[in-house]
Amino acid sequence: MNPDKIVKIPMGPQHPALKEPACFTISLNGEKLVDLDLRLGYNHRGIEKAAEERTYIQNIYLLERICGICSHSHTTCMIQCVEQIAGLEVPARGRWLRTMVGELERVHSHLLWLGVAAHEVGFDTLLMYSWRDREIVMDLLAAMTGNRVNYSFNLIGGAKLDITEEQKKDILKAVDALEERTKYYIEVATEETTLVARLSNVGYISLDDVMRIGVVGPTGRASGLDSDARKDDPYAAYDEIPFKVITDTHCDVYGRALVRMGELMESYKIIRYVLQNLPDGPIAVKAPRKIPAGEAISRYEAPRGEDVHYVRANGTDKPERMRVRAPTMVNLLAVPKMLKGDNLADVAITIAAIDPCFSCTDRAIRVSDYDGGNAKVMTWEETRQFSIDWYRKNGVDFTELNKRFANRIK
Amino acid sequence: MKKPGKMLAELFRNVTKPPATIQYPFRKLEIPGDSRGRIVFISENCIGCKICVRDCPAEAIYINKPGEEKIFEAVFNLDECIYCAQCVLSCPKDALSISPDIELAQISRASLRLVYPAKPKPPQPPKEKVDKPAEGNAAPAASA
Ligand code: SF4
Ligand code: SF4
Repeated sequence: MNPDKIVKIPMGPQHPALKEPACFTISLNGEKLVDLDLRLGYNHRGIEKAAEERTYIQNIYLLERICGICSHSHTTCMIQCVEQIAGLEVPARGRWLRTMVGELERVHSHLLWLGVAAHEVGFDTLLMYSWRDREIVMDLLAAMTGNRVNYSFNLIGGAKLDITEEQKKDILKAVDALEERTKYYIEVATEETTLVARLSNVGYISLDDVMRIGVVGPTGRASGLDSDARKDDPYAAYDEIPFKVITDTHCDVYGRALVRMGELMESYKIIRYVLQNLPDGPIAVKAPRKIPAGEAISRYEAPRGEDVHYVRANGTDKPERMRVRAPTMVNLLAVPKMLKGDNLADVAITIAAIDPCFSCTDRAIRVSDYDGGNAKVMTWEETRQFSIDWYRKNGVDFTELNKRFANRIK
Repeated sequence: MKKPGKMLAELFRNVTKPPATIQYPFRKLEIPGDSRGRIVFISENCIGCKICVRDCPAEAIYINKPGEEKIFEAVFNLDECIYCAQCVLSCPKDALSISPDIELAQISRASLRLVYPAKPKPPQPPKEKVDKPAEGNAAPAASA
């Protein structure tokens, strides 16, 4: 490789292939990509700080606007933290309804992704039809919650709205229609040779790299990582609902497409199961305005992967600290690895294949001690040991969990 | 069977079908009845507790007392409201409700300020106290 022949091309912050601003500086040798530098921060909105200035009730609506697609994911994740701190027991029906809206959200998110991915490889026919069919689930959500996006379906302590028998029938009918369409798209994805050829061996990432970087969601599962927060750490009603975690061993963009479509089929099963087994009773419990002091962390399997929220309460009606780790944050770190050695033309589809959401991701942290002389640089191993010791000191031992995890990926 | 052109049949099937999109504003989309659109204020029910103002995440609603009497007007900033309906949920007296009116674009900034004038209360108490279903966040003022 002759370093004189390396050409640097900035892709973004504004670029037609990116739906949101982010900057990828691509180093090319001929057509081959040798390096990719990532720059985020163009979408930083200061949501975490804004959350500290607002009450918990107002924060439901603020956090819903972290992401237009996984709005239900972010509120549920935050609300689970608050409920944990306040010791609220959400009634079963509330939990089941939350689960159903969460799955409907996954359906519309994955169908949206299918269209975007098809568009990135120039298969606009698939984009048009998949987005037309996505309207079915958008209409369902509108009828159920009152809005197509930002459903504000969650309350601290449960769900805001109940569903009627009539809505149940509508949902079942729509799910049947969607299932049929999804089967057709799976057929298209597996039989349309141009699509298979375009997506295969693009954006390859091995299971080892996935584990090392900590990739989550369908991106990780497409490399054979059997990890899903719905199974690993069940929340809402997922411990009572049977479903499969879809994995694939293609490790490339094609595998990611197959995983997402497999997940769609599972989501339909979950929605049907929820409707057939919906427990009776209240949908919410009354929550206090002031949340007692405490802290909590909660995990949620958003359509793009595991979403993690942290809330620290100080006994007032406003949180002291809120922290959001959106799934794209970790998945983005895998993009340079996926693209190394690929062609320039593969960049757009590989980025699209992790289903990135940059505005979810942009957070800023200032390490305030950095200039104060107390700063210390730790190696990766030291950091790891530090956290293991810290957790042990606080009564959490991960040895068992590590063993289980190691067994599973063998 | 693996071959290119898998979607051709689908394309031909759709050639004779009308477009999936609709020609707004000549034809309108059907909006479900309980969609969250413009918030309606019923001045007769309002007691001026301002819980709605405190809970509104967008600072879009104001409750004013125009005169000496205990009657209230509501001002909505249509451009700031995010149509979350938290105010409806919080109101202890059913003075607010949602309407499926979503066509709220205006031609001037001033008309984005929607004022529901204060109306005197009817001599009799208008309604019996209605028990609302479990609403976690609609705590009465006293508990805060
Ligand atoms: S919460 Fe209801 S009663 Fe209280 S001020 Fe607002 S509209 Fe009036
Ligand atoms: S709908 Fe939401 S944003 Fe609009 S006035 Fe009511 S509480 Fe405020």
